[in-house]
Amino acid sequence: MTAVTPTPADPVETGTLRDRFEETVARDRRVEPRDWMPEEYRRTLIRQVAQHAHSEIIGMQPEGAWITRAPSLRRKSILLAKVQDEAGHGLYLYAAAETLGADRADLTAKLLAGQQKYSSIFNYPTPSYADVGTIGWLVDGAAICNQVPLCRSSYGPYARAMVRICKEESFHQRQGYELLLTLMAGTDAQRAMVQESVDRFWWPALMMFGPPDDRSPNSARSMAWGVKRHTNDELRQRFVDMTVPQAERLGVTLPDPELRWNAERGHHDFGAVDWAEFAEVVAGRGPCNAERLARRRAAHDEGAWVREAATAYAAGQAAAAAVSP
Amino acid sequence: MTAGWTAEGGHGAVPTDGVPVEPAPGPVRADWPLWEVFLRGRRGLNHVHVGSLHAADAELALHHARDLYTRRNEAVSIWVVPAAAITASSPDERDPFFAPSGDKAYRHPTFYRLPEDVPHL
Ligand SMILES: [Fe+2]
Ligand SMILES: [Fe+2]
Repeated sequence: MTAVTPTPADPVETGTLRDRFEETVARDRRVEPRDWMPEEYRRTLIRQVAQHAHSEIIGMQPEGAWITRAPSLRRKSILLAKVQDEAGHGLYLYAAAETLGADRADLTAKLLAGQQKYSSIFNYPTPSYADVGTIGWLVDGAAICNQVPLCRSSYGPYARAMVRICKEESFHQRQGYELLLTLMAGTDAQRAMVQESVDRFWWPALMMFGPPDDRSPNSARSMAWGVKRHTNDELRQRFVDMTVPQAERLGVTLPDPELRWNAERGHHDFGAVDWAEFAEVVAGRGPCNAERLARRRAAHDEGAWVREAATAYAAGQAAAAAVSP
Repeated sequence: MTAGWTAEGGHGAVPTDGVPVEPAPGPVRADWPLWEVFLRGRRGLNHVHVGSLHAADAELALHHARDLYTRRNEAVSIWVVPAAAITASSPDERDPFFAPSGDKAYRHPTFYRLPEDVPHL
């Protein structure tokens, strides 16, 4: 088949290939792994999918710390399942990145070396058990807003991984909200615990949608390529509008004095995000940046013997099979 | 300050400038081989490709596939196939390889115009 397939290196055919790629994206069809694609599209996707994968993997840590201290077997089982899902999300995404020519071991090395990053939301601490609920409600909730449109990403393997992930995220958000509802039905101290946790996570959750559109110059091209479907500000607004009635039902106050319904716009107005804090956290000076990466490095090192033992066992089995008749 | 950052990916707010993506040149890394995973959702259905994973051998690949792709009863049967063992046609759907079926409309039932009053056809 290779004889009849023009190679990307062929200067005469590259124009045609590019036209076909543009046509595929423009018609909202999917680009598949072995299709010709512009080098910048491929690199953008590897970066996006790899850093998304890293976020899922690092994202296990803030809540994972509460597994051994969950107040009941029911809560512990739920939290274990939720954290295990996040590991699964990371693995679906590493697999999608590998279809673009990336290598999982190499991506892990780049994360551990600090060359590739993960979402800044996971650099905030979780000192309170209520944080488990708040993360499910607000952080997974914001992730759902970001991720649902990615199910229509122009890159097939990424879109399919996102469909799987989105199905599982719904459980994450609901278990979080249910946990908070339970606490809100408890004592004054428990209600105060929820409010304190929401106070800490509200603004970082809004920051998850990234800088305002006028300061996000890379967004336009990603939108044209169908690897990003809505602007940062659109998604942030959608999240605020969805969350306000949930906060009311829960009985908590969102920590923003400027938050109010604007009947003219048909949306909630809300205050300005502190982008200076955001910049500090993404630059590596957040509360837990060093701790998260150190934990990930330790887990990787502690798992080395497992990877080596499985490889050695497989080699031994293969050798034994080769000599036996 | 925020120019090199955006909300790409699921949890947003990651850097987009100066992030290396190409595999580092150097000695071959010792990751496990890649396997493609196929699931039969329930009896009566075909196995369908769902993704891939790394595992040291076939048995571990099955275990990993169970843990990774069937945490919610998504399958009654799993196949794992070494990715390297798959032979694929060209990705181009306009490849002449597929030409033999392109001009044979008479293989489809709608090709045949029959009078309205013929029953059961
Ligand atoms: Fe996730
Ligand atoms: Fe989640």
